[in-house]
Amino acid sequence: MTSASQGLAGTTHEPDERGHFGPYGGRFMPEALIAAVDEVAAEYEKARHDPEFLAELDRLQRDYAGRPSPVTDARRLSEHAGGARILLKREDLNHTGSHKINNVLGQALLTQRMGKTRVIAETGAGQHGVATATAAALLGLECMVYMGEVDTERQALNVARMRLLGAEVVPVTTGSRTLKDALNEAYRDWVSTVGHTHYILGTAAGPHPFPKMVRDFHRVIGLEAREQVLAAYGQLPDAVVACVGGGSNAIGIFHPFLDDAGVRLVGYEAAGDGVETGRHAASITGGTPGALHGAMSYLLQDSDGQTLETHSISAGLDYPGVGPEHAFLADAGRATYEPVTDAEAMEAFRLLCRTEGIIPAIESAHAIAGALRLGTTLGPDATILVNLSGRGDKDVDTAARWFGVVDPEALPTEAPEDQDAASGEREL
Amino acid sequence: MTTTPTTGIDRLGEVFTTAKAEDRAALIAYLPAGYPTVKGSLGMLTQALDAGADLVEVGLPYSDPVLDGPVIQHAVDTALRGGVRVRDTLEVVEQLAARGGRAVVMTYWNPVLRYGVDAFARDLAAAGGLGVITPDLVPDEGAGWLAAAGREGLAPIFLVAPSSTDERIAATTAATRGFLYAASTMGVTGARDAVSDTATTLVDRARSHTDLPIGVGLGVRNGAQAGEVASFADGVIVGSALVSAAEHGRAAIARLTTELAAGVRGQHTGR
Repeated sequence: MTSASQGLAGTTHEPDERGHFGPYGGRFMPEALIAAVDEVAAEYEKARHDPEFLAELDRLQRDYAGRPSPVTDARRLSEHAGGARILLKREDLNHTGSHKINNVLGQALLTQRMGKTRVIAETGAGQHGVATATAAALLGLECMVYMGEVDTERQALNVARMRLLGAEVVPVTTGSRTLKDALNEAYRDWVSTVGHTHYILGTAAGPHPFPKMVRDFHRVIGLEAREQVLAAYGQLPDAVVACVGGGSNAIGIFHPFLDDAGVRLVGYEAAGDGVETGRHAASITGGTPGALHGAMSYLLQDSDGQTLETHSISAGLDYPGVGPEHAFLADAGRATYEPVTDAEAMEAFRLLCRTEGIIPAIESAHAIAGALRLGTTLGPDATILVNLSGRGDKDVDTAARWFGVVDPEALPTEAPEDQDAASGEREL
Repeated sequence: MTTTPTTGIDRLGEVFTTAKAEDRAALIAYLPAGYPTVKGSLGMLTQALDAGADLVEVGLPYSDPVLDGPVIQHAVDTALRGGVRVRDTLEVVEQLAARGGRAVVMTYWNPVLRYGVDAFARDLAAAGGLGVITPDLVPDEGAGWLAAAGREGLAPIFLVAPSSTDERIAATTAATRGFLYAASTMGVTGARDAVSDTATTLVDRARSHTDLPIGVGLGVRNGAQAGEVASFADGVIVGSALVSAAEHGRAAIARLTTELAAGVRGQHTGR
């Protein structure tokens, strides 16, 4: 079986030496941090050729994170997807409950190599924060996680998990108080602490080398899945699909299929209330190219280049940008990106719970919704590989409100208005 | 007297030659456009120039100012909530220039990308602006901007930081015109109690690569600190302290600017 380190072996789809994927990527960031990202790039380049580093990464991914993750044939869900075979790549079964651990273990080991003693991270849904807190505990690193105040409320379980793991969680109260503002605060921390701190960026975005490096740590998802599907079914899937916020789980599963011309790659972006309402987070579908948080990519911005506020029921997808390689793949037509609304995602969430006994992360439910839609188009002969990027324990409160399965008065915190009004009106 | 039209770069150079002739550093004052209102910001910037600032940096408010601390974040947030537009910043520059003030724009890069790099350079030059400070654009990504600035005679003003390698300082100073912006400490904007000694080291390192005037920013808040920085730099840049003063109105801007102007002349009364 493929091991995690093979993701770092190099590919035929690399950015230029300054991190450009066509017109996207690069480094749009303060000079003060350039030395730090240069150091990360140089250390990563050394590490990925160092057998000791690669062996340690493989050991942790196997013995600690539980890789490889299985592929599950979702037979009962298939009935709701036009009969298409739906295969779930079970990143939800990794330690800490999502794909995020793949990247975090790699960057935490890199932190040690650089002789740094402290890590910081931004987090939206809390999955990246939990994974970072976990790796920090394992390797004895100090850890601080920046999280938008809105997200600390809607993902309170993950805040508690991070604190139990010994991390300090800082609620960010500036701007829209969500993921983008958490990134801003993490950058502000880093520029003051870069001497002893590594910023474990949580998605395949930001300045070079993060989009490439984070992608490489997640390529194991696609490498494993490609091998698993071939072994079980003797052929490649017709389509590989994933949810896309910043896009780390998607690029991880897409990338090993880039040269398989017959395999469709589809990313599903968070359409919130619908792209036409303006209340969404679909950066490629509804955005334009611009520079944010270190890279050129698609971006939700107004006519003055100010970042727009986003909306998604999923905290992990509630971000106005997307990784630069996705922007490149979208322009090239190699991957397509489509919107999935809150309502569609939650319907898919419900279906997966009821047909397969799997409670997905709401982020991943966007990919399930996309697969159901794609399956009805492709028909019963098709095989669709879905990246089930995370599990839904953290989302039980949000889902319970959405479906009205708990007494609203028994809930500890107030629900957002739109969800309150809807409570009790949906059938689980 | 020459009749040749002077460029923004030329007029920016005069700021430093004048100060040097007077054996002092130049005082450079930052305030964001649109704070507390567009008209109010014009008044504050005018006040700073009247009270002794040699040059103003007009901040272009941006939604994600990653290099700014809480004071400037709050001010630009207020400006944006008040509806300030990119064209308002250009308008403020034009008004300042019309009455003889010298102004550069300080802006994060995405608003310029969205406006159009060539269009922004053209419109800023037409408004009488002298250059642009770009906190999140490094020369490596600035080919288009360098060409546009060159055409319009605007100064591309890049930053160096204590973490910059000698190689990067060399490349950055080679691309910079007007003056070099030396960030005195590793950190975001905000007034500090003491001038960091990393600043003198950085200025010394930069001088081995360039004859450009060097402005030092990040952390200066009073006349004594301005005097200290003036002893080794060609320009003293003050931002957050003035933005804090702006909360108390034009009189507070006048008081602080007067103190800072005395500071850069080695006449500070101390604090």
